[in-house]
Amino acid sequence: MPSDQPLLSLRVVFLRQFLRHGRSIMTSPADVANPLLFFFMVITLFPLGLGPDPTRLAALSHGILWVVALLASLMVSAKLFASDFEDGSLEQLALAPYPLAVTALAEISAHWLATGFLLALLSPLFGVMLGLPDEGLLTLSVSLLLGTVCLTLIGALGSALTVSIRRGGLLLSLLIIPLNVPVLIFGTTAVREAVLGGNPESWLALLGGLALGSLVVAPLAIGAALRVSLDS
Amino acid sequence: MLLQATQVAIERGDRRLLSDVDLSVSGGEIWQLVGANGVGKTSLLRGLAGVARLGVTGEIRHAGAFLYLGHASALKSSLSPVDNLRWHPASDVTASVSQICEALAAVNLAGYEYRPVGSLSAGQQRRVALARLLLSDAPLWLLDEPFTALDVAGCEWLEACVHRHVNAGGATVFTSHQPSRFGPLQQDLDLGRYAV
Repeated sequence: MPSDQPLLSLRVVFLRQFLRHGRSIMTSPADVANPLLFFFMVITLFPLGLGPDPTRLAALSHGILWVVALLASLMVSAKLFASDFEDGSLEQLALAPYPLAVTALAEISAHWLATGFLLALLSPLFGVMLGLPDEGLLTLSVSLLLGTVCLTLIGALGSALTVSIRRGGLLLSLLIIPLNVPVLIFGTTAVREAVLGGNPESWLALLGGLALGSLVVAPLAIGAALRVSLDS
Repeated sequence: MLLQATQVAIERGDRRLLSDVDLSVSGGEIWQLVGANGVGKTSLLRGLAGVARLGVTGEIRHAGAFLYLGHASALKSSLSPVDNLRWHPASDVTASVSQICEALAAVNLAGYEYRPVGSLSAGQQRRVALARLLLSDAPLWLLDEPFTALDVAGCEWLEACVHRHVNAGGATVFTSHQPSRFGPLQQDLDLGRYAV
């Protein structure tokens, strides 16, 4: 769009969009509490289902924690762009003279801080609940910190692709669960290695590489996917 | 010339809605897109704005900034009108709080500045969206059904607002089912003629 006004720098645009989305998240904290509550509930249900034997729970805990985190992230990121699409905000973002990748990344960042980051921060607590040995707690938190970055970006990509499709939930799961598999494998292996006294750093490094890679590539794909969704 | 569209055709899915639409909008003009439901008024307006690009063929040229207000109001229901209007990425609006409050007072929403938009009525939400007209200095307005949900006073305000804009050299393209809102001042683009 040609305009006489000088354009704002992308950093300012990012910050404004981040603050706007952040403020909208803060005013409806139920959306943030939802995945955490889901996480908490599922974690409390597992000992009931598997029996209270602490050694068995501890042996399964890293897998349980990671799978539940993946499902919690799947649950929320499916709706990431839904409200923007429905209320017309997405149209306005698409008309803006700034790349959609930047504005979308700003929203995703605010969303991740409120969900993935919070989950990673609280995860040692849930680990203790399932009897995860102390050596694994820090690795669990770090692996979820890096892992939720990937999961959120992948989920956002799925959301961007399916946002214009009515009842796109199943399609979204089909699209993004395969992409989440490597993240899940690296994450659980890191925690297991830490518990067994092995070498979790290399797995965390792999997760970090995935996170950085998706931070570079995913926003571009998300911007393009949002444009496609608006066209239909 | 603020907007020049030549030989525009609109397709949705595998169906061609409109073909060979020519429209040129200059400063001081009001254009209403008229036609039956489903003829493609909104699709054409979205195409003219550049929101939808797939299925839009032909040449569309803008000479300057424009403000597009779609059917959906682009307001976050959990945010207040002030927070909603503070930044509008598409028109680069960065209005101060006092400017926003002035605009909200002009659309008769004084006292609602800090209530969540979701708690306002449909007509009030439409007024919040229309307050963007006062905060933008884009010469071309593309408005999709701007009169929807507005009461009589609201419609009169919007008409006066468009008159002021056009007298100041701006132009407006809008869709509406109500005929001849602006009497002899407006020109109609009957999309029925271009329907396929």
